[in-house]
Amino acid sequence: MSEAGEPILEVVDLVKHFPVRVGVLFKHTVGQVRAVDGVSFDLRRGETLGVVGESGCGKSTLAQVLMRLEPPTSGTAKFQGRDIFRMRGSELRKLRRSIQIVLQDPYTSLNPRMTVGDIIGEPFEIHPEVAPKGERATRVRELLEVVGLNPEHINRYPHQFSGGQRQRIGIARALALKPEVIICDEPVSALDVSIQAQVMNLLGDLQNEFGLSYVFIAHDLSVVRHLSDRVAVMYLGKVVEIGTEEEIYTRPTHPYTQALLSAVPVADPTLRGQRQVIRLEGDVPSPVDPPSGCRFRTRCWKAQDICAEEEPELTVRTGGQLSACHFAQEKSVVP
Amino acid sequence: MTDPTIAAQADSGGSYVTALEHADGGGTGKKGKPRSLWSDAWGDLRRRPLFIIASVIILFLIVVAVFPEWFTSADPNHRDLSRSRQTPSSDALFGYDVQGQDIFARAVYGTRWSLLVGVGAAVFTVVIGAVIGLLAGYFGGAVDGFLSRVAEVFFGLPFVLGAIIILNAFRSSGVDSAFALVMMVVFALSLLSWPVAMRIMRSAAISAKQQDYVKAARALGASAWRIIFRHMLPNCLAPILVYATILLGSFIAVEATLSFLGIGLRDPAVSWGVMISDARNYIRVAPHLLLFPAGILTITVLAFVMLGDAVRDALDPKLR
Repeated sequence: MSEAGEPILEVVDLVKHFPVRVGVLFKHTVGQVRAVDGVSFDLRRGETLGVVGESGCGKSTLAQVLMRLEPPTSGTAKFQGRDIFRMRGSELRKLRRSIQIVLQDPYTSLNPRMTVGDIIGEPFEIHPEVAPKGERATRVRELLEVVGLNPEHINRYPHQFSGGQRQRIGIARALALKPEVIICDEPVSALDVSIQAQVMNLLGDLQNEFGLSYVFIAHDLSVVRHLSDRVAVMYLGKVVEIGTEEEIYTRPTHPYTQALLSAVPVADPTLRGQRQVIRLEGDVPSPVDPPSGCRFRTRCWKAQDICAEEEPELTVRTGGQLSACHFAQEKSVVP
Repeated sequence: MTDPTIAAQADSGGSYVTALEHADGGGTGKKGKPRSLWSDAWGDLRRRPLFIIASVIILFLIVVAVFPEWFTSADPNHRDLSRSRQTPSSDALFGYDVQGQDIFARAVYGTRWSLLVGVGAAVFTVVIGAVIGLLAGYFGGAVDGFLSRVAEVFFGLPFVLGAIIILNAFRSSGVDSAFALVMMVVFALSLLSWPVAMRIMRSAAISAKQQDYVKAARALGASAWRIIFRHMLPNCLAPILVYATILLGSFIAVEATLSFLGIGLRDPAVSWGVMISDARNYIRVAPHLLLFPAGILTITVLAFVMLGDAVRDALDPKLR
């Protein structure tokens, strides 16, 4: 896909802290959950950026902040050169047409008391300028067809569909306004593996058809690899490594990326047991009080004194990708 | 990997198509008609026996309330002490009460005021409580804090004391017609009962607000108005509907308490509550004094409970 496309979304130093407040009547703040703590990346037109990381590393918060569902603590995100966090009124409404989201859980993301036609037609009601009233029913049928559902099912309710079908409805709703960027917040993690592949393929086909750009959030590296042009690996609210799909999967340099990759199951039984499995000790530290210096140092086998004192920059270390490790070293872990 | 379109056809296959869909989806002519929750609910309600029975009873009660003279020729306020506590006979279907008044005639003439008090107060209570509860639940924070404190002020008023104060304030301003008096009772009852409805709605709204479909609607740029009334309200209605049907019966009874204290309805207005309240002391010597008005009240409340249940089920697509 277009490697050289111009950036459509530029995120610089995005920070989202949630205050931890205690007290019944008089609340006071005792700390900050650093959910997203200085994330920067570019998304190019027609590109898919995969975002991976384990639970609680701030992936979903990132999606919510980019959708303006949560206000950011600081930082900027520019959509086609304009800061989305400064948009108000009609400009924000126009942004809603350009950036849409596919949510994680297809069982809660569709209103159980609305018909599929009402769910997919709602974007047109909110943005009446997109489609004239008489045309909406036709557009809804077209959208159902595009995502591979039967247009006759327009009057059904979400509970009459399977998980995969519901996720298709969610995708149709996101597509209705013809957005340029779709943020997929773990769109397949609630689905069966067999259905995951169908939904992934659908997302891939839609990208080719409509020239969409995706920010694809997942906690499963193999899912992300299938679709992504570039991949960002997150740990405790920070991006630790970002590079092309090939760089990240065949030549990872950050120890955390290597550890994640070594946990991906190997499909070929003859290769099983030949590779080195990196087992990480301990748990992810609390985002309320992250470790000094490098955040991964408490679980890293390479950690030295410098890791506790100096925070590693996200820069080119070896190879082509950006890596935030003082001891970045290429190492192939996937056979 | 499978081709998505083929896979979709496989997993959305024909096994899901019901007979109903063949009936209206198969015909080429009217398949283009999209439906919504409310039209589906109405279509479903019309076929529910529970709803039909409840509606027939309620319609009948309304006719009785509007034209009581069609159902009895006796004067509900005519007293003849020589007939005190006479049991039912062909002369008076339900017998006579302590004062020698025709119980059937009183029950017929009492329908109007009892229904007005019960339905009026229940509707007002639920509407006030639901709107304030939805706003508090949706906006949260300071708005919720303010509205909840206001609700607690009303919650803290003792019911009977509050009603005495409110109704006395109006009585001294010289209200005399029976209708105005009933409206005042309705007003007093709703004013003192809405906090519970508000609490029920607020908690339902808080849980609905956190659902992903609300998030998706916000991401589409939906206004607060649309989120509250299109997304949250239909998903919060079930608990409040049940509460409303329970309230209705208790309000008809509470009106009797107010009448007993001399601040509710007065002669010549008759109500079931007053009849039940008057009969309390004679239950062992003349049970029919209590049984007839209490039975009618039970049937009325039952009809509204059935109506509420039917509406609640019809609004839940999973139960259809």
